[in-house]
Amino acid sequence: MAISRIAQGGVVALGSALWGWSTGAYAEYELNMPQGVTSISKDVYDLHMLIFWICVAIGIGVFGVMFWSIYHHRKSRGAVAAQFHESTVIEIIWTIIPMAILIAMAVPATGTLVRMADARDAELTIKVTGYQWRWQYDYLDQGVSFFSTLSTPQAQIRNTASKGEHYLLEVDNPLVVPVGKKVRILTTAADVIHSWWVPDLGWKKDAIPGFINEAWTQIDKPGIYRGQCAELCGRDHGFMPVVVKAVSPEEFEQWLVQMKAQANPQTAQNKPVSLSATVPGGQTL
Amino acid sequence: MSTAAPTHEHGHDHEHHGPAPGLSRWILTTNHKDIGTLYLLFSLLMFFIGGAMALVIRAELFQPGLQIVDPHFFNQMTTMHALVMIFGAVMPAFVGLANWLIPIMIGAPDMALPRMNNWSFWIMPFAFTLLLSTLFTAGGGPAGGWTLYPPLVLQTGEAFPFVILAVHMMGASSIMGAINIVATILNLRAPTMTLMKMPLFVWTWLITAFLLVAVMPVLAGAVTMLLTDKYFGTSFFNAAGGGDPVMFQHIFWFFGHPEVYIMILPAFGVISMIIPTFARKPLFGYASMVYATASIAFLSFIVWAHHMFTVGMPLAGELFFMYATMLIAVPTGVKVFNWVSTMWRGSMTFETPMLFAIAFVILFTIGGFSGLMLAIAPADFQYHDTYFVVAHFHYVLVPGAVFSIMAAAYYWLPKWTGHMYNEKLGQWHFWLSVVGINVLFFPQHFLGLAGMPRRIPDYALQFTEFNMISTVGAFIFGISQLLFAYNVIQTIRGGAKATDQVWEGAKGLEWTLSSPPPYHTFQTAPRVD
Repeated sequence: MAISRIAQGGVVALGSALWGWSTGAYAEYELNMPQGVTSISKDVYDLHMLIFWICVAIGIGVFGVMFWSIYHHRKSRGAVAAQFHESTVIEIIWTIIPMAILIAMAVPATGTLVRMADARDAELTIKVTGYQWRWQYDYLDQGVSFFSTLSTPQAQIRNTASKGEHYLLEVDNPLVVPVGKKVRILTTAADVIHSWWVPDLGWKKDAIPGFINEAWTQIDKPGIYRGQCAELCGRDHGFMPVVVKAVSPEEFEQWLVQMKAQANPQTAQNKPVSLSATVPGGQTL
Repeated sequence: MSTAAPTHEHGHDHEHHGPAPGLSRWILTTNHKDIGTLYLLFSLLMFFIGGAMALVIRAELFQPGLQIVDPHFFNQMTTMHALVMIFGAVMPAFVGLANWLIPIMIGAPDMALPRMNNWSFWIMPFAFTLLLSTLFTAGGGPAGGWTLYPPLVLQTGEAFPFVILAVHMMGASSIMGAINIVATILNLRAPTMTLMKMPLFVWTWLITAFLLVAVMPVLAGAVTMLLTDKYFGTSFFNAAGGGDPVMFQHIFWFFGHPEVYIMILPAFGVISMIIPTFARKPLFGYASMVYATASIAFLSFIVWAHHMFTVGMPLAGELFFMYATMLIAVPTGVKVFNWVSTMWRGSMTFETPMLFAIAFVILFTIGGFSGLMLAIAPADFQYHDTYFVVAHFHYVLVPGAVFSIMAAAYYWLPKWTGHMYNEKLGQWHFWLSVVGINVLFFPQHFLGLAGMPRRIPDYALQFTEFNMISTVGAFIFGISQLLFAYNVIQTIRGGAKATDQVWEGAKGLEWTLSSPPPYHTFQTAPRVD
């Protein structure tokens, strides 16, 4: 009795949660993974939902049989125990069917993984270096480099000021990238292991001292996308957000010029940067 | 000597050989029942210490902002909570169950190596005193996470060598416990107790013990390399010296993944004992249960790098570890199907052990589902190191391993003590626990999917609601465990007399003994048909 009541309660709770999610009744918080703003992040989201619904279907089947049994095959209802205890046929069936489901899931997962691993032909390469506790971004071919640090005031963290909209997810200098271009991101670290993560891009990549890891993204939609360091990196691990600002290619070029002017005022008026001249410098960084 | 001794004297000797009086009984004991009791009570104590740390974590996370603890202390709490719960609560509880139950399930007079048994227990209080005392050293206790990843862990202060020594002591204790269990099961079974007649709890522990012997030395090696990196100038994991920080993760998870199964296989065994009793029907698919357990144990050695999908492995490596990990769903599924089939057309009653067992099957399966999701490497790039992972492993460890331990405690407590526990209090404990645990951990799935990383002391505002709910669940769950402790203590002190059979549907050698069993049992091997 009690168990079927809790089951009912669970179904009601799950149903209302799904309803709230589908109707967007809760603007404040999210129940599900974001679909993100890249083709990869959408593929990842689809994989996530595919396996989620497969699990839900299996769960309904298995728990359904179980609850039916709990309700009907109870001693208080006068059930008399059968004494069967094996069936080779059934056991082979319920080994083969899960195998088939797994293969069906492995196929699209493999495709997405292969696409994610292919960082060739990127138009822009940015090296991301993790420090305790901030990020450094190097635009290797453009000679632009800067640090990106949490900009939330201590007063908000210490609860002496009211918290802003992007509490803990705001930085002084965001990473700026152009939309519609394939951007290669190289991650490494200078002290301990960090992990660079923006949920809207669909992946995270560890930043490991002594290693350079490679990943890529191509953002479709201009906007500001926020994430955090995902690998425990010490005291202020919770206080090193990642903010990515995706802008149109023209805006990006303007921003680059401005950054170079700031970094090197005398040469800022020079000719446009040539790729061949800066590549060697980038490689030795 | 025993061959020379006259049989009469021999028998006479045993009749008068009871426990030693006073404290020396517990310190000097070589009796498997006493040592089992010590292990179980020790793990109960550690469960409350680790639980108190979890409540510190949840209290800090009740609201955004820093309210109660400093971030560095918060990191010490997450690290210590894990070490205490894994090595101090769950593992010793299963070793305690093994000590109490394996000899009386296979018709053995005691464990095969009784003096080592005493030693393997008595290392534990020292190991944990050492570990917990590091919280009071300069720089605080370990704060780099229980996975001890370098280079971060090398930033630990004075606590560092003490933590490593404590891990070594726990490892030594586990290895000795495991060797003892293997030796007992393989050598001391009653002659008619063939391997394929052994209760499933014994089978799962036999396989678990082999896992322990195989991987605890690997952990010992890994932490020793950390120690030499810090104090003796080596560079195993130091990139600047030509070492490799990712190598530590490979070695650690080669231990760590089998470790996960070390904590769940005995739970499978417990559940496979309890469901048939209360369904009054034999376990469905005994042989396939044994083979499934062995398959899971084998697979546990070749899936470790699914904990490391984001470290930047080559594509081929990620594919291999993804496929291998997904395969684990097959034998695990077989187990769940077998439990449901055991219940099917049974004649069920729902005493506290059965309630915990049913909750185990459902909630462990939910943890299994999220595990399958985590196995999909491209999706894991999103899930990894978020609260989705926290929800996943707590579902398999708390309503998984811990619920099975509680089910076992209620199930065998009448046998151990000779008294029935308070059923009404048991039911209260169950319902509060099962509601508390779901309120605690289910919202963490949402937090992780929405983007909240693990191991952060403060969070962005959109995570507030579910963190509050989770904290409320944590306190409901935590406080309701006091009912469990009270019920166990009251049952030890007295209560209604338990019959020898205890449960109507119980089958197996342990139920042929009196409740409580005499200090020495099965001096003569019983017959098993």
